[in-house]
Amino acid sequence: MSQDLLYALAIFTLAILVGFEVISKVPATLHTPLMSGANSIHGIVMVGAMLIAAEADTPLSYGLAFVAMVFGAANVVGGYVVTDRMLQMFKKKPAAAKHGSEPKA
Amino acid sequence: MSQEWIYTTVFLAWLAGAAAFVIGLHQMNSPATARNGNRLSATGMTVAVLTTLFYLLTREGGLRVEALAIIVIGFLLGGGAGLYMARVVKMTAMPQLVSLFNAVGGGAAAIVAIDDYLRVVGTPDETLSTAIFVVLGVVIGCITFTGSLVASGKLQGLSITPSKPVLIPGGRLVTLVLALVALGGLVALVAAAGGAIDLDKTTQTAILGLVILAGLVFGITMVLPIGGADMPVVVSLLNSFTGTAAAMAGFVINNPVLIIAGALVGASGGILTKLMADAMNRSIVNIIAGGFGGGEGTVGAVAGATQVRELGVDDAAIQLAYASSVIVVPGYGLAVAQAQHAVRELAELLEERGVDVKYAIHPVAGRMPGHMNVLLAEANVPYPQLREMEDINPEFERCDVALVVGANDVTNPAARRPGSPVSGMPILDVDRAKSIVVIKRSMGRGYAGIDNELYGNPKTGMLFADAKQGLTDLVSAVKAL
Repeated sequence: MSQDLLYALAIFTLAILVGFEVISKVPATLHTPLMSGANSIHGIVMVGAMLIAAEADTPLSYGLAFVAMVFGAANVVGGYVVTDRMLQMFKKKPAAAKHGSEPKA
Repeated sequence: MSQEWIYTTVFLAWLAGAAAFVIGLHQMNSPATARNGNRLSATGMTVAVLTTLFYLLTREGGLRVEALAIIVIGFLLGGGAGLYMARVVKMTAMPQLVSLFNAVGGGAAAIVAIDDYLRVVGTPDETLSTAIFVVLGVVIGCITFTGSLVASGKLQGLSITPSKPVLIPGGRLVTLVLALVALGGLVALVAAAGGAIDLDKTTQTAILGLVILAGLVFGITMVLPIGGADMPVVVSLLNSFTGTAAAMAGFVINNPVLIIAGALVGASGGILTKLMADAMNRSIVNIIAGGFGGGEGTVGAVAGATQVRELGVDDAAIQLAYASSVIVVPGYGLAVAQAQHAVRELAELLEERGVDVKYAIHPVAGRMPGHMNVLLAEANVPYPQLREMEDINPEFERCDVALVVGANDVTNPAARRPGSPVSGMPILDVDRAKSIVVIKRSMGRGYAGIDNELYGNPKTGMLFADAKQGLTDLVSAVKAL
């Protein structure tokens, strides 16, 4: 195997271990936003779409790169925006101060 | 700048982006930092994307106009569509949108792998490892593409993808055949790349086509037989798959940020899937193998033997208004009726009369874990009033009235006994309250497709109405007291 591939495998393995550790005890409230947040991160595949677009030289590869680009961009932009909308609930609301807003013990 | 310097800078910026993903994801573990975490992750993404553009523009040979056009127009089109959908989606429909975004992400990963393979096939760049990662990326990406589309359709309740489990004739055989095709394809393409067998370019491309087809069909046959109640876990699992597919695409095009981000999502998504399944007392294996679920279509069916006590709006209003403590149990019925604002209005009215009001949130209330919190927060329900299940369950005994709005299976005491489809599922101890008011459209069944013993409890009064209408009527009735 090439040196590049071996390094890539090392990075891959470590990133998997980080992924296992980075999520610990999450309150159920956050399960959906967290999933949605992780969902936006794999939109990174859009970078891959950009790189294949740069190499494209046949009509087929232009077409594939274009579809990949559209898909990836929708994943990234939509993913982050919808996650942010979900997380708005943790914004401090001045309106909520009216009734019993003391944090639970 | 020399080419080497440019690449070094680009690589370091990619690394910074990947670090932002890790830290951002970690911050999303806690409510206090979650929003910042998501923004940090979005910043990392922006850095990674802009860096890539910079790299492509400054590298030797530059970027052709056609390629630039594909990148810019593709981004505007896809990003615009994503932005529009994310902005206008009703919070009740958010789970299916997340699944849709997951589908296109998986599709993009598969395409990147396919495109790279078509470029290297028959050239010296076609190595053993490339073939392995291409086939893995293509298979996983294709499965998540169609699988997430089906999951999204099920959550939306489309007629071609009904929420109830759809049994495919000879399902096991079909699955086996598809798996064999994918595996055979992998072996053939790897052997061809390694020089063990001699295949021409056309044959190899055709084999890849077969693998693509097998993956696409497998995604459908995997998700179609699973019931709607389990979709959150399935969507989360497919999300983890997409991460893995992105990492495979990263190996194919030898890009570190794809590998890191993809592996990160693949692993953390797996853990998250496990957490979600645990919260619902389901095992991932059981879900994929098929199990209970579905049955939403039975709304309106009349339950047979259960004797229920029907309650009028005025009686219910009196019970609530003169109680000293009320626990509201919101469920999916409240979400579909868009009744979150009405419930908040009723709660405020009761509080003005000195009633202590809390909300009991089951881990899977709504359609996904945390979904109900989002809906209630949108209606400005104060966050401290929302209590999680373990927290609120001991309080039911002391509460005068439990007001169940459109929640069903999560309140069924049958879950405490073995032998029922809901057995073992964690439930809210609503039946321990001094009295219970249930707002429900009919005696229809929930996802589990069984009768709710709570409704036959002598302490329970049924207020048959649409959640929003029922709550609005209660508000006027309480006002009139």
